[in-house]
Amino acid sequence: MSRTITVMKRELSAYFQTPVAYVFMVVFLLSTGAFTFYLGDYFTRGVADLQPFFMWHPWLYLFLVPAISMRLWAEERRSGTIELIMTLPVRTRELVVGKFLAAWIVIILTLCGTAPLWITVNYLGEPDNGVILASYIGSTLMAGAYLSIGSAVSAATSNQIIAFVVSAAICMVFAMMGFSLVVNFLEGWMPQFMITSLASLSVLTHFQDITKGILPIKSIIYFATIILFWLFATHHIVAYVKGAR
Amino acid sequence: MSALIEIDQLSKRFGNHKAVDNISFNVSRGEVLGFLGPNGAGKTTTMRMITGFLTPTSGRVCVDGVTMDEHMIEVRRRIGYLPEGAPLYPDMTARQLLRFVAQVRHMPKNFYRQQCDKVVAYLSLDAVLDQAIDTLSKGFKRRVGLAQAILHDPDILILDEPTDGLDPLQKQEVRRLISSMKEEKAIIISTHILEEVDAVCTRAVIIAQGGIKADGTPAQLRERFKHDDLNTIFCNIAKAHKGVAA
Repeated sequence: MSRTITVMKRELSAYFQTPVAYVFMVVFLLSTGAFTFYLGDYFTRGVADLQPFFMWHPWLYLFLVPAISMRLWAEERRSGTIELIMTLPVRTRELVVGKFLAAWIVIILTLCGTAPLWITVNYLGEPDNGVILASYIGSTLMAGAYLSIGSAVSAATSNQIIAFVVSAAICMVFAMMGFSLVVNFLEGWMPQFMITSLASLSVLTHFQDITKGILPIKSIIYFATIILFWLFATHHIVAYVKGAR
Repeated sequence: MSALIEIDQLSKRFGNHKAVDNISFNVSRGEVLGFLGPNGAGKTTTMRMITGFLTPTSGRVCVDGVTMDEHMIEVRRRIGYLPEGAPLYPDMTARQLLRFVAQVRHMPKNFYRQQCDKVVAYLSLDAVLDQAIDTLSKGFKRRVGLAQAILHDPDILILDEPTDGLDPLQKQEVRRLISSMKEEKAIIISTHILEEVDAVCTRAVIIAQGGIKADGTPAQLRERFKHDDLNTIFCNIAKAHKGVAA
């Protein structure tokens, strides 16, 4: 456990010693701000909630989260430091989890930076803070799911650009399976039970359930399963390809 | 004395290419083994298998009586390793890197402080300790790499080309450092530079095309190949195997 924390701290300091974390934070805050106020009708809806803020998260994360995860393993492989770290007395799973947690913390800190929106909405009206809290938790879980996908993809390549593009594509598939346009399109030629099962595998479906204000246990299990599955995959990919540069 | 490193019929295959082919040798405490061979002979692959970075296709590496499969953490604790090219995290300072390695290795704080002072003095790193590794010269990077390898005072040192990229004076210092440690450790170094073998090694293993072609003290090699100059011996072996390949 303590080695996991050591690895996590090192990764976290790498995020903040290079501009990666700051760029991520600024871009995320600016774009959520812009989307919420201009496209989300934050003021003119006449409802005091953060729905127009959270509805953009699945789509913003699509390209922002892979930008955070792309360096996790690809950079170690490119620079050869993977040989340094993987010959130290540390288990692969400690590396996988430590790195994942560091990236997740960067995103959680960024989400904390959106607190002024929450304060504003409380100042303007009487929002359901339970819904807002559930949505923040949902957003964090969804980011974790995207991150775990990005971590596995990053482990499979030494090229960060490839890691970014492929992670974004896989995350997109996971989001799109529950997107109404896609679901409507599929309805024409796919049996209903298949559409329902596909949609129930979608990040979007579960996130939208959570933002409705309940924190359904099945959605929490869903996100936990996705994260564990992809971290497990990362572990195997790292063990398999560590020597292949 | 029993060997600290036992290598038994070790092979590594990458696809159809046999990088290391059935090699065996032992290294005991007090020995500095010079691992010689042309580029691509399998030196780095062998060292990566000893340190557990690569899994052997067949054969076994035993470190102080323990194998990597049984006790990965234990084995890695006993080894100090300088990988080829001394890869280090560019965003960290030398001090941060050493502290990170010490934490991963679970070194007690006092022991770390004491060892850190020692290796920093040994390798004259005090001037650059708080500079980002990114900004250091090749010679300093190599020395930081060496520092992290010897920080925990391991019984076994595996150094892949420890003097590569250093200037003549630095080379001399590193050789002196290796010589000063050899009494209480088992050390393997790989090198292209044959004068290094005479300077620090108690034994030399020459490998070419994945197999051991000669194994003995520098004096034994001279006698066996009837030549005074290790350089010529090495070139003859390397050429002979190139001939076979062609």
